[in-house]
Amino acid sequence: MLRFVGRRALLAIPLLLAIIILMFSMLHLIPGDPVQALVGDYPVPPAYRQAIETKYRLNDPFLVQVGNYLANVAQGDFGFSYQNQRNVLDLILERAPRTMLLASVSFALAIPLGMAIGIAAGTSRRPGVDKFWTTTALIVYAIPTFWLGQLLVMLLALRLGWFPTQGIGPLISRTQGFAWLLEKLRYLALPVLAFGIHEGMRIARIMRASVIDTLSQGYIITARAKGLSRGRIIRSHVMRNSSLPLVTIAGYAFGSALGGAVLLETVFTWPGLGLLLVDSIRLRDNMTVIGVVIFSALAVIAMNLIVDLLYAALDPRIRTTR
Amino acid sequence: MSLSPLLDVRDLKVHLRLGPNVVKAIDGVDFRIMPGECVGIVGESGSGKSTMARAITRLMPNVNIAELSGELSFEGQDILAMPDGALRALRRGRGFSMIFQDPLGYLNPTQRVGRQIEEALSCDSSRGSNRNRVHTLLDEVGLPDPANVARRYPHELSGGMRQRVMIAIALASDPQLLFADEPTTALDATVQLQVLQTLYRLHKERNMAMAIITHDLGVVAELCDRVYVMRAGKVIESAETVRLFEHPQQDYSRRLIELSTRRLPRELQA
Repeated sequence: MLRFVGRRALLAIPLLLAIIILMFSMLHLIPGDPVQALVGDYPVPPAYRQAIETKYRLNDPFLVQVGNYLANVAQGDFGFSYQNQRNVLDLILERAPRTMLLASVSFALAIPLGMAIGIAAGTSRRPGVDKFWTTTALIVYAIPTFWLGQLLVMLLALRLGWFPTQGIGPLISRTQGFAWLLEKLRYLALPVLAFGIHEGMRIARIMRASVIDTLSQGYIITARAKGLSRGRIIRSHVMRNSSLPLVTIAGYAFGSALGGAVLLETVFTWPGLGLLLVDSIRLRDNMTVIGVVIFSALAVIAMNLIVDLLYAALDPRIRTTR
Repeated sequence: MSLSPLLDVRDLKVHLRLGPNVVKAIDGVDFRIMPGECVGIVGESGSGKSTMARAITRLMPNVNIAELSGELSFEGQDILAMPDGALRALRRGRGFSMIFQDPLGYLNPTQRVGRQIEEALSCDSSRGSNRNRVHTLLDEVGLPDPANVARRYPHELSGGMRQRVMIAIALASDPQLLFADEPTTALDATVQLQVLQTLYRLHKERNMAMAIITHDLGVVAELCDRVYVMRAGKVIESAETVRLFEHPQQDYSRRLIELSTRRLPRELQA
């Protein structure tokens, strides 16, 4: 088990190297001038350009830049964001918890919601029930999160005024304790609803297919032959066995959500990694872009590892072959 | 015999809808089992043996049933008209059980076998005594070291052990009638014999009626009192085993017997 985790961690190193080099090349190739982006819509004085180029070593050969960056990363230095005038690592460490909060709460909503709908649709003996949930899940899943987010804002924030339209909290908060938590939750509610419902529908569709597959297995016949009730069969034979594919899909989706939900964070001005990534790309803040991408990649790799471990916990057949 | 039959099936029809067609999987079958009797059901693949057993035990898989009719009576109770609750009660105690051809597929891969047997016990009593009953059952079906086997997952057992676990599950409700659907087809020849011997011993010890579904007439000749020969959804012949083997009435039965007793050509024999 420990050896397995260790091996996977080692395998992640070449993967990260490849990602860094790829990102570096891509950022090098896309048009745009970082110095111009720093100045804005004014002409750049030649002396200033030269000073910036020397300071950030923008004119070094490509390979030297990559080499320097890798050497710095190996020492835990992810570079300096000249747009934010801060260390990239500090910036990421400030933003990441917000994205994690958004992703975790959203999935805490999405997983039970999706499982409930999937089980209800998959186990229903009335074809109408299945059709209703399948169609609903498909339609809702087809709605992009940013648009669903806008709809929720229009209805629940602007019309009914229950929730704030955007942001992570008031500029100055005087609340404490429980009231503070409630205030946080009000800001969290709409992005979580939009994200959670969307992901929940994806999970519902996978869960339904998996439940139907499980129900056709022989051991369900055995369970019926034992004289178990329907509810008991679903609880003790269907739920665990059909959640295996779910772990894979939800795990990967959660991993990529940790890297920032770009559109959603933009819609709700949620200052997480997604928003940071968009801003940095727009402003040619290359160090920050690469930093965020490395963090996302790490999140996905870590989640894949957790998915594999969960899989082994859920399915004893995998435990022995390892 | 003056005894009333344990299971009495009259004019059973199971018609399945397959796309645009209706297949008469079972087309008017009469079938009966006396208490404590061992009956064989033989016939080629697709003759409807398994479907009949599934229909009688009300364990049809998810298929599109166009028609399911007939009189199915178990101890005088109408099984077809029985509500789900009563049917479950019958399966949980002193009713009928079933074992299947493919024990690996019919055991839940994510649960220890002990738990799967415990789940089938007829009444829920305290945990400790349930565990004892599981161990007794495992011992009864001929598995050594029951405490150890109970902790295993199905994939950790051999094919023969898995089938014995299936038998233990079927016996947990203390049934009066056991359907065995090709119980040894998926097993090695030597293991087949051992499992059949176990089934026969349990049949005798428990005075439990048994219906063995097989395409192997050799199995029938060893174990069964009576035989039903099925073909294309109908019972074409039923007789006591000895009589069938000595005086088969139908050409089809005669051919089945010839096939099962035919030896390999001399040059191929070991």
